[in-house]
Amino acid sequence: MEERGLISAEEDDYGTYSNLLLKYFLAEGVISGHEVFIASASNIPHSIFKDLPAPLTDEIAKQDDTSKLMESPGSAEDTMKIAWRYQNLPKLESVSLPSARFGHYYDISKTMSPDMLQSAKTHSFYLPNIIPLGGTYDSSSEMPCDYLQLLQSIQSVIHQQGFDGSNPQQKGQKNILRIGIQSLASVLWGDDICARERPHNLHSLTRFLYALRGLLRSSLSVCVITMPTHLIKNKAIIARVRNLSDTVVGLESFIGSERESNPLYKDYHGLFLVHKIPRLNSLISDASDTKDLAFKLKRKMFSIERLHLPPDLSDTVSRSSKQDLAGSTKLLSSGCGSAAAGKKHLDF
Amino acid sequence: MFPELNALLGADTESPERQQFILISGHETDSSFLLNHFLSYYLKAGCSLCFVALAQSFSHYNVIAQKLGVNLASARDQGQLLFLEGLRSYTQLLFTDTPETEADNPLRFLRTGSDLRPLYDFITAALMPSGGERGKCPVLIIDDVSLLLSLGVTTLQVLDFIHYCRASVCSKYQGNVVCLLQGFEESEDADNERLLKSLCHQSTLLLQVEGLVTGFCKDVHGELTITRRSQVRDKPVIYQYKIHDKTVSFFARGLSAAVL
Repeated sequence: MEERGLISAEEDDYGTYSNLLLKYFLAEGVISGHEVFIASASNIPHSIFKDLPAPLTDEIAKQDDTSKLMESPGSAEDTMKIAWRYQNLPKLESVSLPSARFGHYYDISKTMSPDMLQSAKTHSFYLPNIIPLGGTYDSSSEMPCDYLQLLQSIQSVIHQQGFDGSNPQQKGQKNILRIGIQSLASVLWGDDICARERPHNLHSLTRFLYALRGLLRSSLSVCVITMPTHLIKNKAIIARVRNLSDTVVGLESFIGSERESNPLYKDYHGLFLVHKIPRLNSLISDASDTKDLAFKLKRKMFSIERLHLPPDLSDTVSRSSKQDLAGSTKLLSSGCGSAAAGKKHLDF
Repeated sequence: MFPELNALLGADTESPERQQFILISGHETDSSFLLNHFLSYYLKAGCSLCFVALAQSFSHYNVIAQKLGVNLASARDQGQLLFLEGLRSYTQLLFTDTPETEADNPLRFLRTGSDLRPLYDFITAALMPSGGERGKCPVLIIDDVSLLLSLGVTTLQVLDFIHYCRASVCSKYQGNVVCLLQGFEESEDADNERLLKSLCHQSTLLLQVEGLVTGFCKDVHGELTITRRSQVRDKPVIYQYKIHDKTVSFFARGLSAAVL
């Protein structure tokens, strides 16, 4: 995960899977010993913490990996006669958890143990605690006070804990602050962009994100925001929010949609859409060769897999020379048996 | 600086064209690689630069510029480049500025909601040709004008501001203005669209970057349309491009190395 980046996840219709994604992000912070900041207007932060998934211990995870590796090579060679292109896929890449890059797997059927939570350094922002219900808003200010207060809260944590390098005492031990903001821009934040097409505070959200981006760029922190974009009526705001984020991913759940019964998607619970990938400090972005991803929720884990392979069009494909082509068809014909017997060229 | 792009534009570092208003626009894709090209190109050509960077931090531009062969930090120290880091200025405006220090912040108009005069004054003060440097070409670069709209500035205020900048930098000081504007298609962002159309109309050189209609591709990252608006007869030319780590290769449509 890119340090100093702003990642916004566009929520699925009911917010089930995006909350899970946020929990993974926070749990990874707790396990890695990072400081964690959580902001929410709907759920009490303490209850979110208590609900974080429990990590699988290293031994079990390793065993899982090796057993997967053990069984896959032999069986794959035998079985993949038609979908032969899938054979060249790296085996582990197809099962990649969002946070598994550091080697942690979680069991979402259990919650994290209290000792582990206690050892983590956490900060929280719960809107109803800050502003009493029934409080009046000053509509003339540049940002609704909620966003401004959230910003000030984040800024004070960053400043006091020395993430911006201002506190010289902690220079030796560099740590990272993980900020998770749940359902930003929903009506509970006192913002009306979900309620009206021409809201009063048309720029409050984008101003907040710009300031947040400024804070992240000048400190050792990374932020994940989940946002109910399907509720925002004014599409212009969504485009601007995407422009202000470094990474944008969308979760499209199949719950209640026609796709639920489509046989293509029968193994999955939703699509994982990548709208924007970060380009920090470089001209090119680190693009994988496919962006068609789907996710599924198993009993114990949430996994993101590639939906299908991209069309084959690269420098290194076998089409580049006739000889290679002939070679590959030979291989093919032996693989496919009697159906493709003879030395006929197969055209795709 | 991408030598291939220079060849396409007919530009060289000996004598950069003057009085140009160059507009870079991106649809559904990132066009900032062109901005990095112009940044390094004008620095190599010895122009004096004012860079209003609203989108990214200084270190981001500096790392890329080093890959393209120029050092922003030393250019800034030598006075060739004046860098305004919008992200930093805005957080300062929100958190640390006292009324006294706020008077020096070029983005202080964001607090009051008034016109962009402080930013304009900042730019003209930076690019005003002084006695010894009369031969130098002053250049103003703005990274992502559309961010001003996100920050609550109205379209009319932005248009006024750009017009003033063109009047001063292009006409009075005989320099260039380079703007990047991110376009959002199908987003019904009427303000941004109006801004884009107006600036396209005013530009002398228009560089439009679009993603491929057919979707993401590993070997062709997008299409670049170059339109010279100063000469009436010139037709827009279209190239496809692929971005590498340190350079960008351009080729005619359909002639990617991957399909030949």
